Amino acid sequence: MNRYFRELSVTGALVLLLAVLAIWAPHFYQPQPLLSRFTAQTPALILTIGMTLVMIVRQIDISVGAQFGVCAVVAGLISASGAPLIVALAAALAAGAIMGALNGVLIAWMGLPSIVVSLATMVTWAELLRLFQQGKFINLPANVQWFGLSQSAGQQGLIFGSVLLLAGVSWLLKNRSGGRHIYAVGSDAEAARLAGINPKLTTFTVFVIMGTLAGLAAVLNMVQSPQVDPKCGVALELRAIAAAVVGGVAVSGGRGRLWGSFAGLLLLATINPALTFLHVEAYWEKAIQGLVILLAVIADGLRSRRQTS
Amino acid sequence: MNPAPGTLPTPPVSPGGPPLFRLSQVTKSFGAVRALRNVSFELAPGEVHALLGENGAGKSTLIKVITGAHQPDGGLLEFEGREVSHLTPTRARQLGIACIYQQPALFPDLSVAENIGLRLEPPGSFSRVNWQQRHQQARELLTRIGAAIDPETEVRALSMPEQQLVEIACALGSGAKLVVMDEPTASLTRTEQELLFGVVRDLRASGVGVIYISHRLEEIFALADRVTVLRDGESVATRSVRDADGTSTLTEAELIRMMVGREVAAIYPPRTATFGQTVLGIDNLSCAAGGVREVSLEVRAGEVFGLAGLVGAGRTELARVLFGITPADSGTIRLNGHTIRVGNPQEAVEHGVAYVPEDRRRHGVILPLPIAHNMTMAIHRRFFPGTWLRFGREESLASEFIQKLGIKAYGPAAPGGSLSGGNQQKVSLARWLATEPRLLILDEPTQGVDVGAKSEIHKIIRDLAAEGLAVLMISSDLPEVLGMSDRIGIMQGGRLVHVLDGATATADAVMTAALAAA
Repeated sequence: MNRYFRELSVTGALVLLLAVLAIWAPHFYQPQPLLSRFTAQTPALILTIGMTLVMIVRQIDISVGAQFGVCAVVAGLISASGAPLIVALAAALAAGAIMGALNGVLIAWMGLPSIVVSLATMVTWAELLRLFQQGKFINLPANVQWFGLSQSAGQQGLIFGSVLLLAGVSWLLKNRSGGRHIYAVGSDAEAARLAGINPKLTTFTVFVIMGTLAGLAAVLNMVQSPQVDPKCGVALELRAIAAAVVGGVAVSGGRGRLWGSFAGLLLLATINPALTFLHVEAYWEKAIQGLVILLAVIADGLRSRRQTS
Repeated sequence: MNPAPGTLPTPPVSPGGPPLFRLSQVTKSFGAVRALRNVSFELAPGEVHALLGENGAGKSTLIKVITGAHQPDGGLLEFEGREVSHLTPTRARQLGIACIYQQPALFPDLSVAENIGLRLEPPGSFSRVNWQQRHQQARELLTRIGAAIDPETEVRALSMPEQQLVEIACALGSGAKLVVMDEPTASLTRTEQELLFGVVRDLRASGVGVIYISHRLEEIFALADRVTVLRDGESVATRSVRDADGTSTLTEAELIRMMVGREVAAIYPPRTATFGQTVLGIDNLSCAAGGVREVSLEVRAGEVFGLAGLVGAGRTELARVLFGITPADSGTIRLNGHTIRVGNPQEAVEHGVAYVPEDRRRHGVILPLPIAHNMTMAIHRRFFPGTWLRFGREESLASEFIQKLGIKAYGPAAPGGSLSGGNQQKVSLARWLATEPRLLILDEPTQGVDVGAKSEIHKIIRDLAAEGLAVLMISSDLPEVLGMSDRIGIMQGGRLVHVLDGATATADAVMTAALAAA
């Protein structure tokens, strides 16, 4: 019970919010709008998976929004040229992996602080993208949207696929030696090194996974609309970090679970529609989101103070 | 100005005058560990009083009490005849107590003058800094101690001894009446030492009381007026170094006996009589970065080779070289007769070397993780085929070690942080035994462990050796080294200076070798 306290309390808060909506605003549960809202969260969900891993290993990556933008444009241009979607996907994954690897080399092997490195790469990718694309949208062929399926089939596919991925990564994190290494390095990199684990390789791998997931997220975003907006990644990194923090991933590393981050993402994403349905002015959204994040950080702070004392 | 070393005039101590500083019956505990027990000690103005003791005898705690960093649990502190009831670092500084630590505590990005200025006149937050005055003051102080340092240099650019001189300048400038020096010569060259001795003699001549801590006995004879020996947190004796005529009243042998003079109280498990083949052989092993110089030694199967020496003598550094944390520059390491290369800890583990590090809190057990996870950490590749974790297998391995080593925990899922120090040490040991090593390196295996767990760990070590493991045990606990080792190697300044037979070695012999001038 205590071990899962943070994850359970976030899930509890989410369930409470959903219950409030069920009583006072049952319109929230109309199937089609609900499906659309959930679908819109799938790219952020994919990024949150990666960000959770990055934070467990005691790093941060604020360049994921920019990576996402670059991958979206890469995938968009390839799709626009008429190539099959699988080619666009492969290219986006590769582009993401390369950008992640660059972060990884600088952070893991050169030992530079991840916040500075990813800030620099964020600005670099964002500016290069602006220079290259000049803000122009890319129009996609008709068969790209919803994989050429019907809208609801496409939406269900996206949701099913990304939740399956979350469950899969979560399972691997628990059952693979590498997953254990991520927690060990995030808890105490020097102790892990003395136990024969390679902290540099572990950290590097996590950043490559993060980049690859940014590529995947960009493609999942692309198939939801007829166009690609080159600015689609702006501020996405903040949503991923916020979801992980709210979900109980410790900024100090070594602790966190993917389902916690998932609950955190859904909680933050439900605040806005909840306000609308409960007839509260939508201006409150950001303030309430901020408050939720603050509560989560305070809870972690109290917890770690209790542990050290 | 300064008299030549060894020919000191009698100190200007006014007998009968009030002492500058006095501690009576001071006690200090950390949890269950009694660091200081009824320590009494006094310092006259214009006296150099040396504090001597083994590693862990309580010197650091005593210094911290004197500088107000620790509050004693009981006892009396008097400064210039008046009782000081609640000494804080700020209060100590106001009284004129200054301390020069081994590692200078200066701001590396500020200039020498700024550092001195900050120390001497904590300015109001918004008051204007008079730079000219600051530089002038710094220059005067540095000249007074004979240090050729430009006050405008950044402290970062100074060498360690130069930084120490800046510390001394600070102490001098603050008008300190009592200066504590904690092993000030540890990193100094010969000439720098002479310079420092001159400064200490000047301080003494101007009526400042100096508490001087050093492991080098010859320095104590050259500088000190009196010596107080600490042992196991108690003040054993205070003796004058010289009588009124300046003739020596104390010998090195006497000092060493006072430092180590105690019975080996604990009962150690009996030694094994037979040894197998040579497991570890090292020849002329050196590592400049780690401070290990041309060490050669052999450890046989079934043997416990104890490594004694002072802190900083290169023992942990040698272990780190053997485990590939700081790889060797030159020399060879042989394991079971084969020359091996150890470039990183993974390679060391693959060759059958295990290292239970000194500071288990920082480098051993990962506290938030369950002890089962901690135990399998070093054997993932071998223990989990295809690196798929098998929780059942892991749990039974953990249960086995919990039973075998007598670890007190509610189960394999208990987080490492929930265990006591001795049990954490056993978890750390279990992790390395799980690798089925041929050579086990233990670094301070019973540091901070209570007495009961300590003898359990000793028994485990002896059993492991009896099973054919070669054990290299680093320890600063002299009775432990004497009681556990089949042979004892003594290190000093990165070299292995002496090897003694464990069964016949005495505390005096080990201490003499460890303290002998290089």
